[in-house]
Amino acid sequence: MLDMHEAGRAPATGTGNWALRVRNLRIELPQGGDIVDEVSFDIARGEVLGLVGESGSGKTTVGMALLAYARGGARITGGEIWINAAGGPVNILAHDGPALRRLRGAAVAYVPQDPASALNPALSLQTQLAEVLEAHEPGLSAAEKDRRIRESMDDVGLRGDAAFLARYPHQLSGGQQQRIGIAMAILLRPAVIVLDEPTTGLDVSTQNRILEVVRRLCDEHHIGALHVTHDLSVISAIADRMLVMYSGRVIELGSVADVFNRPHHPYSQALLSAVPELLSRSALVAVPGSPARPSERPPGCFFAPRCALAEGACQAAAPPLALCEPDHEVACHKAGAVATNAPMHLPDPDPVPARPVLDVAGLHVAYGRLKVLKGVSFSVHKGECLAIVGESGSGKSTLSRAIVGLVQGARPGLSFHGEALHPHARKRTTPQRQKIQYIFQSPFNSLNPRQTVASILGLVHDTFNRTGADERQRACIRALNLVGLPARTMNLFPDEMSGGERQRTSIARALLSNPEILVCDEVTSALDVSVQASIVNLLKRLMEEQGLTIVFVTHDLALVRNIAHRVLVLEHGVVAELGPVGQVIDHPAHPYAQELLHNARQGDLTLRVARQGEGG
Amino acid sequence: MLWRTIGLRLLLGVVTVLAVTVLIFAATNVLPGDAARAILGRAATPQAVAKLQAEMGLDRPLVVQYLSWLGGMVHLDMGRSLVTRGPVVDLIAPRFGNSLILLCITSAIVLPLSLATGIAMALTKGRGFDNIANTLLIALAGIPEFIVGIVLIVLLSTQVLSVLPPTSMVPSGQTVLGNPQVLVLPVMTLVLAILPYLSRLVRSALIDAMASEYVVTARLKGLPERQVIVRHALRNSLLPAIQASALSLGYILGGAVVVEFIFQYPGMGTALRDAVGSRDLLVIQAVVLIFACGYVLFNLAADVLSIIVTPRLRG
Amino acid sequence: MVDMASPMDIPAERPKRAWAATLRTAFGYRRTRIGAAITLAILVIALAGPFLAPYEPSAFISKPFAKPGAEFWLGTDVRGRDVLSRLLYGGLAVVWMSVAAATIGMILGASVGMLAAYSRGWLAEVLMRVMDVFLALPTIILVLMVVSLLGPQKWLVVVLVGISHMPQVARVSQGVAADVAGRDFVLFAEALNVPRWKILLREILPNIMTPLLVEYGIRIVWSIAGIAALSVMGYGIQPPEADWGLLINENRGRLATRPLPVLAPAILIALFALGVNLMAEGLSATISGVARKTGAK
Repeated sequence: MLDMHEAGRAPATGTGNWALRVRNLRIELPQGGDIVDEVSFDIARGEVLGLVGESGSGKTTVGMALLAYARGGARITGGEIWINAAGGPVNILAHDGPALRRLRGAAVAYVPQDPASALNPALSLQTQLAEVLEAHEPGLSAAEKDRRIRESMDDVGLRGDAAFLARYPHQLSGGQQQRIGIAMAILLRPAVIVLDEPTTGLDVSTQNRILEVVRRLCDEHHIGALHVTHDLSVISAIADRMLVMYSGRVIELGSVADVFNRPHHPYSQALLSAVPELLSRSALVAVPGSPARPSERPPGCFFAPRCALAEGACQAAAPPLALCEPDHEVACHKAGAVATNAPMHLPDPDPVPARPVLDVAGLHVAYGRLKVLKGVSFSVHKGECLAIVGESGSGKSTLSRAIVGLVQGARPGLSFHGEALHPHARKRTTPQRQKIQYIFQSPFNSLNPRQTVASILGLVHDTFNRTGADERQRACIRALNLVGLPARTMNLFPDEMSGGERQRTSIARALLSNPEILVCDEVTSALDVSVQASIVNLLKRLMEEQGLTIVFVTHDLALVRNIAHRVLVLEHGVVAELGPVGQVIDHPAHPYAQELLHNARQGDLTLRVARQGEGG
Repeated sequence: MLWRTIGLRLLLGVVTVLAVTVLIFAATNVLPGDAARAILGRAATPQAVAKLQAEMGLDRPLVVQYLSWLGGMVHLDMGRSLVTRGPVVDLIAPRFGNSLILLCITSAIVLPLSLATGIAMALTKGRGFDNIANTLLIALAGIPEFIVGIVLIVLLSTQVLSVLPPTSMVPSGQTVLGNPQVLVLPVMTLVLAILPYLSRLVRSALIDAMASEYVVTARLKGLPERQVIVRHALRNSLLPAIQASALSLGYILGGAVVVEFIFQYPGMGTALRDAVGSRDLLVIQAVVLIFACGYVLFNLAADVLSIIVTPRLRG
Repeated sequence: MVDMASPMDIPAERPKRAWAATLRTAFGYRRTRIGAAITLAILVIALAGPFLAPYEPSAFISKPFAKPGAEFWLGTDVRGRDVLSRLLYGGLAVVWMSVAAATIGMILGASVGMLAAYSRGWLAEVLMRVMDVFLALPTIILVLMVVSLLGPQKWLVVVLVGISHMPQVARVSQGVAADVAGRDFVLFAEALNVPRWKILLREILPNIMTPLLVEYGIRIVWSIAGIAALSVMGYGIQPPEADWGLLINENRGRLATRPLPVLAPAILIALFALGVNLMAEGLSATISGVARKTGAK
């Protein structure tokens, strides 16, 4: 393999095997202060560099900066971005106006995060593809244009015939839309493409197919790619090398195998320990606190306040990026010291005694003519965590809402402690409503932004109790403390809290009614992985300490391995498989469960790293 | 699919118009103050009222009255004016023509002007032209249209300059088209009343579209800026502009009543105003119904146009 | 684990931050400040005017259309009444009537809109279709039609103008409330069996207050225009009362030679509408400002 580190330090003039060289990139906010600074890295031809970071790390900002573009008033104020374009190396930051326009799309192309909003809804695919060619190569004949478009469509595995190209974006599936985004990006055979979370929101199987396409195209056409993502497992699947960002700085840079196997930065170590594994249950490690906003960053190392190893030197000066081993750079004064041990592996839990609290018997739900659940039957046992898994469209979310009585077209089929539950929450008895509580997917949506936490929690307390203000306040604070939030949270509005704190508040709100069953609907999917770990740990603790029963709905099988006693696999509104967690994940019996597990294995971080190790 | 959607909208429009006819009929029949009494006044003897009621068919059941009135409307037989005793159609037809002329000329000016102004403001957002035009338009937006009309009269036809006739009355037997100078002030007034609303709406729709993800994508594809604006941003900002144009045309219809009054323009608005003065109920009903139909028609046209420019709505 | 804290550790209840912040942002715009100043000035003229007027508003004290001078600062009108006194007396009616009409329109329209947004289904469909029917009857036309039967009375004009606002207000509030009504915190309250009226007032209304306030401003502006226009046409406030719109109606015959008795009330009406409109503009700028801030990410 090419010694990228040495090549990276050479002046960017030769036309060797490199595709991109970024030097000391700095991007500032309109009100001053930087979002991103001191960012330098290289990408070789045909190489995929994974850029990973949690929300607020500046990863998307860096990605867009490669096209000399900054969002929302931010400005690129320093550095060089050299692209080894067909016509010779160019520093894209040194260009503007028509010259910059000619580089965008041709020398460096962009694949957007959400193709549903990034493709113009009013224009056909043909128009949107052809205009790229027309803008950059005006002289092309119609036949030549058609040939080039067909070729690109072929590359991404889509039909290139006129009927398909006459379609509009809304007539495509999410996976197809993303393929169009990629086809558009490679149409002019750029030297570099930037992929900005291209697979977020897609099912694992679709995700895997898109990643294969990207990998193949980079190999075939010698394109250098920057793949921006928050998902470590995506990085392990597609990238050759990876770069970890924290608070707008590069903190670690090296080959995927090196960083995954020997993470040197405490943050990288923590991040890796927070990812659940598919094949065994482990004690997930959460990072305390949350990253500081650009205006409130501490002096010295930005990670120091959350770092177990931090000492005087860390608060005094920011560590520079330096080699810690060949081809592996890290920015840490304590580089190489172990801050977070690899997570401890645990045995799968023993099944809880079969004492059903909630029975679902032949549950049907239909939205108009669309049947979402077609006769689902199972029991939830006291004190267990039952995971409900399935792909999007399997009906798992509908099922969880039906349990709390929040869907319209539900028919009877639920009973709680042997008593029938009415399909609609409003028609149930007060104890029934009290004992089954629901936690929503998005913590940004489930708390009223115009109310303080005190008033949000107070509503629940007052619904089930008649007490004075003092008792109400004590009860609310007790619930907040249970989920690890301090009493002063009471006076905060939701937008003054981080995503994790909001989700904890949602859980506290559910706990206030003293429930028996907690129905959790994808409660971690809107959160960063380190925050996800802390929420999962909280739920586990509540199960043990409070004897709660949990119905845990998710698409993430590794998460299931980590929390559930039993797993229910839902396929198009029908139960495909139900059994103990170890059995379903390790030896699935039903063909659909097998397919689901196959995809999950493809996407699992640990397995991918292990495979890469074998493959060399 | 496209035709089915359009057919559905058409049906909805018809239902709306029917509901409006019921409302108009109910207002003039169910409210205290029966038509005959309204004409004859409080002092009328019961016999006189009864006689007039019979003459007007007011002694029949309400449903029968409604159906015969509606049937007449469909055949453009709007009955006879209670005041002039002539057919309502003959009374309204020339007024309708004059109002239509005012509407056509005004919209022919204000629609393109608003589009151009709105685009120019959006493209210079936060800078020179936008700042000046936006401030002027915000100020103008708050001022009632009849005051704009009064100020125009003072400025252009009496005090300051005296170049235009202050009123738009035309000698009987002549049309407004034969006296184009009388159109200038009413048209100007209506244009100034609509321009602030419509152009600022185009401005914000275009600014929204310029900030959308697909415009970012188009820029990052390296498309020329003109193409980014025309093909990507403008096209998608047309949708709100179409809806707003329909509302504006409806507003010209209704708002024109006062403007016509200020200039004594011989249109439907002054016809309505005069009919109210003489309690000429059949004329009032007919004029109100025409206004309502116009409104429904504009919205229908806007809906159909929206469906045509928006692939997503086409299914 | 966090220590159990006693309630004493909590700082005292904070002010309703959201409101204070919205207003502060709104007054950060120059247009809001100018609009508030103009509106305040007009309100002072309308409310305090009757106490300051030099003459009785309906007293015939001079020959018609006397020129402005030391005795009559703004001259006299068509009947020889003091224009200044009639101006000072003539603002009260249009002020209270337009605010009252807008308030009626807001209460009716917001109720219908929120109900439609929250209930969805057939009820929403029926409500909004009925609103469409009303929308087809513009304010002036509706008022003229009913006034022709019942005669021009202030309360009737107020109620009718209010009703004519209802469909637009309903559309706007339905639009913003539908966004909120679909959010999870509303669903949560639903699962708790919180009474529906309480969900509307406690969960939904506070989240659409700013757009509703903007709409309120716009409705006042339209009410001013509509009510003044009716007076100008002779179907609003009736003589011999003093009223700005009526002043225009009475004196417009001599606009060519004596513009002041027409222009002065016209300018006051325009300023009132302008002031309220500028405040609504400033408030609406805070919404799009917030949207821009949160829409960036």
